[in-house]
Amino acid sequence: MSLIKIEGSGVTGRKYWRSLDQLAATPEFKTWVEREFSEDAAGMLTGKSRRTVLKLMAASFGLAGLTACRRPEANILPMAKGIEDYIPGQAYYYATAMPFGGTVSGLLVETHDGRPTKIEGNPDHPNSLGAASALAQASVLNLYDPDRARQVTAGGQPSSWDAFERFATDHFGKAGDGSSIRFLSERVTSPSLDAVRKHALGKWPKAQWVEYEAVNDDQAIEGAQLAFGKALRAHPQYDKARIIVALDADFIGVDSHTVLPIKQYSKGRRIEGPDANLNRLYAVESNYTLTGAAADHRLRMRGGDVQAFARDLAAAVGAAPALNVLSDGKQAKFLKAIVKDLKAHPGKSLVVAGPRQPAAVHALAHLINSALGNLGETVTFTEVAGWTPCVAAMKQLAAEIGRGEVQTLVILGGNPIYTAAADVDLKKVPTMIALGLDEDETASAAKWHLPEAHYLESWSDGRCGDGTASIIQPMIEPLFNGKTAAEVLALISDYKDQRGFDIVRNYWALPEKTWRESLHNGVIAGTKAPEVKAAADVRRLPAAASTAAPGIEVGFFPSAALYDGRYANNGWMQEAPDPMTKLVWGNAALLSPATARQLGVADGDFLAITRNGATLEIPAQIQPGHADNSISLSLGYGRSKCGRVGRNVGFNSGALRASESFWYASGADVKTTGRKFTLASTQHHHSMEGRPIVREATLAEYKTNPKFAGEMVETPELFSLYGEHKYDHGYQWGMAIDLTSCIGCNACMLACQAENNIPVVGKDQVLRGREMHWIRMDRYYTGDENDPQVVYQGVPCMQCENAPCENVCPVAATVHSPEGLNDMAYNRCVGTRYCANNCPYKVRRFNFLNFHKDLPEIEKLVFNPDATVRMRGVMEKCNYCVQRIQEGKIKAKADGRRAVRDGEIQTACQQTCPADAIVFGDTLDPNSRVAKLKKQDRNYAMLAELNVRPRTTYLAKVRNPSPELG
Amino acid sequence: MADLALGQNVLNEVNPQLVLGHPTYHSITEQVAGIMEGKTPRRWFLAISFTSSITLMLGAMLTYLLVTGIGAWGNNRPVYWAWDITNFVFWIGIGHAGTLISAILFLFRQKWRTSINRSAEAMTLFAVACAGIFPLFHTGRPWRAYWLFPLPNLDLNLWQNFRSPLIWDVFAVSTYATVSAMFWFVGMVPDLATLRDRAKNKIRQVTFGVLSLGWRGSARHWRHYEMAYLILAGLSTPLVLSVHTIVSFDFATSVIPGWHTTIFPPYFVAGAIFSGFAMVMTLLIIARWTLHLENLITRKHLENMNKIMLATGSIVGYAYATEFFIAWYSGNPYERFTFLNRALGPYAWAYWTMITCNVVTPQLFWFKKLRTSIPVMFTLTIFINIGMWFERFVIIATSLHRDFLPSSWGYFRPTIVDILTLTGTFGLFLTLFLLFARFLPMIAMAEVKAVVSNQNHHAAEGAQ
Repeated sequence: MSLIKIEGSGVTGRKYWRSLDQLAATPEFKTWVEREFSEDAAGMLTGKSRRTVLKLMAASFGLAGLTACRRPEANILPMAKGIEDYIPGQAYYYATAMPFGGTVSGLLVETHDGRPTKIEGNPDHPNSLGAASALAQASVLNLYDPDRARQVTAGGQPSSWDAFERFATDHFGKAGDGSSIRFLSERVTSPSLDAVRKHALGKWPKAQWVEYEAVNDDQAIEGAQLAFGKALRAHPQYDKARIIVALDADFIGVDSHTVLPIKQYSKGRRIEGPDANLNRLYAVESNYTLTGAAADHRLRMRGGDVQAFARDLAAAVGAAPALNVLSDGKQAKFLKAIVKDLKAHPGKSLVVAGPRQPAAVHALAHLINSALGNLGETVTFTEVAGWTPCVAAMKQLAAEIGRGEVQTLVILGGNPIYTAAADVDLKKVPTMIALGLDEDETASAAKWHLPEAHYLESWSDGRCGDGTASIIQPMIEPLFNGKTAAEVLALISDYKDQRGFDIVRNYWALPEKTWRESLHNGVIAGTKAPEVKAAADVRRLPAAASTAAPGIEVGFFPSAALYDGRYANNGWMQEAPDPMTKLVWGNAALLSPATARQLGVADGDFLAITRNGATLEIPAQIQPGHADNSISLSLGYGRSKCGRVGRNVGFNSGALRASESFWYASGADVKTTGRKFTLASTQHHHSMEGRPIVREATLAEYKTNPKFAGEMVETPELFSLYGEHKYDHGYQWGMAIDLTSCIGCNACMLACQAENNIPVVGKDQVLRGREMHWIRMDRYYTGDENDPQVVYQGVPCMQCENAPCENVCPVAATVHSPEGLNDMAYNRCVGTRYCANNCPYKVRRFNFLNFHKDLPEIEKLVFNPDATVRMRGVMEKCNYCVQRIQEGKIKAKADGRRAVRDGEIQTACQQTCPADAIVFGDTLDPNSRVAKLKKQDRNYAMLAELNVRPRTTYLAKVRNPSPELG
Repeated sequence: MADLALGQNVLNEVNPQLVLGHPTYHSITEQVAGIMEGKTPRRWFLAISFTSSITLMLGAMLTYLLVTGIGAWGNNRPVYWAWDITNFVFWIGIGHAGTLISAILFLFRQKWRTSINRSAEAMTLFAVACAGIFPLFHTGRPWRAYWLFPLPNLDLNLWQNFRSPLIWDVFAVSTYATVSAMFWFVGMVPDLATLRDRAKNKIRQVTFGVLSLGWRGSARHWRHYEMAYLILAGLSTPLVLSVHTIVSFDFATSVIPGWHTTIFPPYFVAGAIFSGFAMVMTLLIIARWTLHLENLITRKHLENMNKIMLATGSIVGYAYATEFFIAWYSGNPYERFTFLNRALGPYAWAYWTMITCNVVTPQLFWFKKLRTSIPVMFTLTIFINIGMWFERFVIIATSLHRDFLPSSWGYFRPTIVDILTLTGTFGLFLTLFLLFARFLPMIAMAEVKAVVSNQNHHAAEGAQ
């Protein structure tokens, strides 16, 4: 900066110039400088800039003692001088919340010198309980996305917030009663935004506000209206239910926006010994979902047929008049087993319907729960205030725009141009003002595009499902000068507070102490919504139950990786394998083996799916266990306007998604095109080949023979060529992974990726088998290809005591630590790859190329400084987060304690596992959780017969099938 | 020279004779030295410009690899080693023929070796040079590959892991290269002296003068020389067995099914000799034809070589069968799967190529007619060369691509860089061989003279 002559600042000395433009001080150059350094920087440099700087510095030192939460001042300066109580290099954790899909997830964010690097769940928050989903983990990478919207643009040309403010003052000054203004946002969960909204709608009484989510619970609320007569939100308590019936509800997968259902469900899958009492899960669904994989029994059925099944189920438990629509013998048998179980567990059972199912199915689920006495027991309700169905509202908005009734559309967040149903056209509106994170489809359609502040840069707030509010506090100054929705709305509507902090602070108006506590804890105490007692009424039910129309049904599912497309430019998520198909960098049309045969397609063959004049060409992927005559498409792919990562990756299934067939579309015409596509997948072989890899038994078998897991393989007495180490003192780290609880959600993979700076390699490299995940999620099918069961197995490094990788390394780059870790010294590695060849678990990963080569500077900010960034040509692998182990040991030492407490050190995967399936600790401490788990009968070491003595062991999977269906 | 115990009478009884026609000492010198003293033939220039451009391409490929990383090749997870180590084992194997011919056959008094040992030894060196490229360049960080040598280093406190077969490899291969070079050079000293004496220009005089180490052909020189040669032969002999044994340990000491097997050392040695002989044959047949050496490299030589190939090829075939039997007999499901997968899995094409070339092809040498037909043996040696390359590929890739956990199974496909690198090593090998043929005596003149029948001695002149 010092090289630029600063006008009016009285700087003397030699004048340096950077270009002829500067020398001439042309207006173009001045605007260029302003753009480059943003208005604030330019502002600071003019006039009394030095005094301003000093003032700000003084302010920052004054507030420096506040480390429990982020300081609320607007300008942040480099820490040229130290701040009291702040240790550079030390990680600090701040509580915040991530708004997502109409709710918020409570988070703790690890920051290093002001950079957020890692997301963890907030243990004090009611819907995260310490865990964070894969999507929440990956959100930190969105913050550093180099393709984020970096500046205000007007008509595609660079502009500034000042220019927008001038425009807004003029434009909205002429708005009158606001009859031609429409606001469009995602579901508003922020009370303070709601307050600004009330102010704005008070100013323009005829303006309207539309909330839209591409993945929404419209039908669930409508179902509650049908059953209870009012808009209620159901809160299933999976931990209290012994019998769970999921009707097309992937509640542990894509249908839940938080990790709470996994936390609750997995509580019912804990086994201490053979006297265990497991819950039982039945799943009825078309696509094979995580819930179907976890289920003890799964019935594959087209989405449109689920209603008939629900109707019969309701009739069978006496909740609704009989219709007897089911004809299939297998379905009837399945239903009979469910009914028997449900009737045997009144008040302890739960029937849930998924968001794709029509209101009638939700109402039926409520009626069944009511008849079984589950209301208030395994499912509770809270009021939903001012709710409108968003798909219908969006359609109405499009109609108004079509009629020319709307002059100004203000989009506050989201990417509705991409996510809206195919029949919704918003582009015709004369003035579109869009606030958004990315240079996306909406940005390119908007007249004014405003960069949005990422939630990690924002002051905001949000309520989670049960009403508990959290303050969203920023971890970092907005990187690209973005503003929050509330700030923009405040600017437009001239709200009393303009800055995000003031809006939130003054909305809550909490005493300073409570405010700080709320920031520190991540929740505002006492904000939980009261439970509503509701009584279901059968009379509002439609008389007949609908079934799927003949022909092939097309179902739309949120992508487990990209959700509704908002993670498209996120390399971590693009490379996170789909939990079921294991596809990365793209989506496919999933269909059953029988339907594939009928259509004559194999994996990768293009299908042309035509419906209502729209055609989608998408490669097919055969999904064992998928319902016949049904195709499942995941949303969020095929983004035409997107950053460098996600542009044109996959196929936009939204092209077929219309308002009237938002989740399931019938009557689609499906043809093959004869062309082929290469789909990238991280797993190519799906059978265990009869090998005892994932060991599984039913609860009954387990009770008869608790030692079944150990007996599945014959291990002779084993000898080692070299003398063996004893490992009998100090800490001896080990891990136990409970396959009964693990549901395969990928959260561990993403946690590991963030914690250990794992690179993204891209589709080409995945096709060559060079993905880098240190913990991978293996998925195997067992049984019949038409209706298989699925098992998951997370595979980190086994940290073998007799590690086969170690004795083959010529340069001793991988050696054993006295604490039993198989350490990797990256700077010693010359990259012979012999260790990886000799690893029977294939958990070692090699940097075949410089995977960090083209990384933009800003993306490097996400790196965890505690873990090395590996260079090309070296081997890497899981090390049980050795940096966390060291940190824990240092902390224990500094505290004057003698030993690390059990649970004090958590690996990243363990910390985030929503199912609490991963336990790490000292195996020599008999009271540690890991030692206790390893003592269980179910504990087994995979490939123990090789005498490698893995430290990571598995607890065999136990399912709890119904004796009726056994 | 090197006439250890065989009397001239024994030589005369050899039938057919090792040297055809009735060459005198002088005519042998003229014939062999004439190759490198005459005007460089046009076709040599044509040949070397072709092979050296391929060598240049090898340089380009290695530079690209160095700049990009191992990702330039098709290696992946789980096939972390693929063409790189395949090529390494292949070239090391090729080298074995030279050592076997010069050392073991020497100790066994196989006089027929005299006319082929020089070029076979040269081939050993060139093959080892080609092989040496791969352990170096296949490392992820070749600029750190020197860490494999036990060099004193204070900054790193780095010491090698002597449990690693790769370290054994480093010693085995470097010893092998050193001893082979010495053996080759020592054996060449009398011939170099001959060339020095015949040299007509200063450069040749000085060069050969230095290289011939002051050889004057005195009886004392001969005595020392023969003792040195004998000692070197004695040193080289265990190397023939040890190098490939140790190379096979790279695989045999691992836990991977298909690698973890005790049959590997003898099987690898037999395979190495098999492939080495095939390569010697391929080159000799060409050299013999282009340089008109039919009288020195006779059909007898070639037939003997074919017999050895028949023997080693049968051992290799037997080893393949034994592997299958043991896989079944062990009752180990992983072993069983690996071998079934070799024969029937995605790499079945490679496996059956190997079987055809290595097991079926050498069996044709049972027939004398085929064994003595030049076109037939030339074709068959090409097949064997291909087959032996595939053997290494099959062992490495098919064992790795499907090991214990089916979730991690994969498939290796070579990239263009893989293919051009392998091609490039052939370019390097042939270039070195062409340079050798042009500038050094391809046939051990002194040794051949020793097997020339008595009556021709008297016309002898030359170096002695």
